[in-house]
Amino acid sequence: MTDSFIVSVRDLTIGATTDSGRKVQIIKGVSFDIAPGEIVALIGESGSGKTTIALSLMGHTRPGCAITGGRILMQGHDVTAMDEKARSGLRGTAVSYVPQSAAAAFNPSQRILQQVIEISTIHKLMPRAQAERKAVELFRALALPGPETIGNRFPHQVSGGQLQRLSAAMALIGDPQLVIFDEPTTALDVTTQIEVLRAFKSVMKKSGAAGVYVSHDLAVVAQIADRIIVLKGGEIQEEGTAQQILHAPVHPYTRQLVAAFAPVPHSLAQIERQAHEKPILQVEGLFVGYGPMSGGEPHVKILKDVNFRLERGRNLGVIGESGSGKSTLARAIAGIVPAYRGNMLLDGQELHPALAERSKEELRRAQIVFQLADTALNPAQSIGTILGRPLTFYKGTAGAAREARVIELLDMVRLPAGLRHRLPGELSGGQKQRVNLARALAAEPELILCDEITSALDTVVAAAILDLLKELQRALSLSYMFISHDLSTVEAICDDVLVMYKGEVVEALPAAQMSRQAEHPYSKLLISSVPQLDTGWLAGLEQDPELVAAFSRR
Amino acid sequence: MTPDRVSFRLPTPRGLGYSFNRVGRIGLAVILFWAVVAVFGTWLTPYPVGKIVDSDYFSPMSGSFWMGSDYLGRDMLSRIIMGAHYTVGIALTSVTLACTAGVIFGMIAAVIGGWFDTILSRLLDAFNGIPSLLFGLVVVAAVGSSIPVLVLTLATIYAPGAYRFARALAVNVNTMDFVTVARARGERTPYLILHEILPNILGPVLADLGLRFVFIVLVLSGLSFLGLGVQPPNADWGALVRENIEGLSLGAPAVIFPSIAIASLTISVNMFIDNLPTRIRDRSE
Repeated sequence: MTDSFIVSVRDLTIGATTDSGRKVQIIKGVSFDIAPGEIVALIGESGSGKTTIALSLMGHTRPGCAITGGRILMQGHDVTAMDEKARSGLRGTAVSYVPQSAAAAFNPSQRILQQVIEISTIHKLMPRAQAERKAVELFRALALPGPETIGNRFPHQVSGGQLQRLSAAMALIGDPQLVIFDEPTTALDVTTQIEVLRAFKSVMKKSGAAGVYVSHDLAVVAQIADRIIVLKGGEIQEEGTAQQILHAPVHPYTRQLVAAFAPVPHSLAQIERQAHEKPILQVEGLFVGYGPMSGGEPHVKILKDVNFRLERGRNLGVIGESGSGKSTLARAIAGIVPAYRGNMLLDGQELHPALAERSKEELRRAQIVFQLADTALNPAQSIGTILGRPLTFYKGTAGAAREARVIELLDMVRLPAGLRHRLPGELSGGQKQRVNLARALAAEPELILCDEITSALDTVVAAAILDLLKELQRALSLSYMFISHDLSTVEAICDDVLVMYKGEVVEALPAAQMSRQAEHPYSKLLISSVPQLDTGWLAGLEQDPELVAAFSRR
Repeated sequence: MTPDRVSFRLPTPRGLGYSFNRVGRIGLAVILFWAVVAVFGTWLTPYPVGKIVDSDYFSPMSGSFWMGSDYLGRDMLSRIIMGAHYTVGIALTSVTLACTAGVIFGMIAAVIGGWFDTILSRLLDAFNGIPSLLFGLVVVAAVGSSIPVLVLTLATIYAPGAYRFARALAVNVNTMDFVTVARARGERTPYLILHEILPNILGPVLADLGLRFVFIVLVLSGLSFLGLGVQPPNADWGALVRENIEGLSLGAPAVIFPSIAIASLTISVNMFIDNLPTRIRDRSE
């Protein structure tokens, strides 16, 4: 009965046992089918179990988890009943995997080609020369530059977007019937994402393989998937064709998901402002660089002559691709990377470029929140300790008062109080990012430098975080400097936007009129590259190839 | 309905919110056993340590000599109990000193960097170049052999290695974002090394401590062999193995038991540090 499907999953349950012996269920009875050649998207917030389901299709569960019930039929073979040896036989040839971070998935000390054809060597599918020819064909199909020679390079010698396409080539070399894409474009810039999505789409069509595409980004999924499965809390909420999910969602959660995507134009925060009040942050002619100094200038110059003003209670967005210097700007303001020229004024008071020279009070007033919550939270400290430290450090809060404030902070970012005993490694990505934000709030700052804080979050949670930021802004008269590559996020929270390219501010725009008023060609390219919630957007997208070649480094 | 009872329970690890697995418990039990022997050994020895009590040498295990006798006919059990005093005392103290000093300076060097790091690293590298036994010989020969001198000498020999190891680990942790966040908060070096870096390098550092402990036992026995370590008739376990080594061909228990003693202590130190009690974090509220 299931012969017409590549994969049928029936009543799948996956569970884990915690360190106190309590059993938790991660996947609660999920059933779905995948037809040959079909691309099915698993979409949901972090912690919804989408990656867990995708990995289980290879018979793999993460350490500590186990498939506790149900069946996964892969072309009639029951994956759940197989032993590890039979499953290894399946991996690479019947089902393969494209990871989220290709950079972490490649061995940096081996040449790319050798790693791409590894599957054919392990399974003894074809002679080496044939595998290499096939790899080159795949490179060509994935529109990689120099398909004949790119395989001879090392992973660090190609760009992030290229590496992601190379990892797709690695997955496709064994002619699998099913390819699992685990958020493969999440870490990429928007302009790069377009090229990668196009390559994936065409190569999947050519190979005729079915796909499972795991993502939290509905707009990306809309471009590539035939069918969408919406997950929440380990259960299927809604299943339907891409068109139906996008345009006629039935389930309330799906509606919320679609609604969260549409940018809510930011209305100016209603804060009483005196006209003569000093701007919370003013930056004049800022130059930042790294490396040994010679003649008062460092060896590597990153930011060149950055100027802006951020009024109290307003929000400034900084957009640009990776490498444009937007994170460095935040680090320079926080004093982590000292600027070598220029002035920074916090509420009219001059800030010393170096961190060590600033007073505790100055440090408290401007907090920085980092992009990657994974590395920004100490893996050896409990959440309670992480959040409690700024309280003790800046205000000397201790004991029960500190505990109460930690619970309050967790509540502010919509996390249960019990989480304070956990380690960061035991939290989902979204939860970690909220803890990351709560730590900055603990200092009761006036200015928060947010470095891509919503990039790792799914749209619903990101929208909730943005609402939370606005709410806190009203209550505490905060100002945000919001660094992001996600333009709809910036549009949702910011009043003004700086577009950065190669360390320079190319344009300053009001956020509400960003797409209309943009004049600089780079701003236009960046704005046009943001995926829209429309299945035909990618196919219909036309960009000036010269412009693309000039500004993006694919 | 029963009236209020006074419940009396021993504080178990689980009761205190920690989980502690069996391998770790066994390791801890063996360490505690040897610690007790080391402290109370003097009252436990069945025969005087230096007295020749057996008519035969390298005699097998018997009712009166549980672990046989050594190459002079002295009681092996008494000598091992006495050896515990020196081995556990000297080796554990010096390895703790060496690793504490090495790890603290290693972390400081990684956090501060710059000139402090360069000078300290080069200095200790140069020190690393001196053969350890030779250094021990010179110091003990010059100052004279006493237990504090032995402890300090052994600690000095092994501190540079611990420094190098800890610094290499700390340099990696130091580049992580959470350390940058702590710096941006304005934290000073003591907080950074103790709270941000140390917990993240503790596992490998403790494993290194276990390894270094074994080396110290070896160097200590080497010094004892040369007459510069523990003075006869007393001896540490390493020296006991050495002085009875000819008994190996005779299958004498005199060489087996000190070896078992060393192995049981070093292995259980490693078993314990690999399985330290961890805090249970999944607590229902």
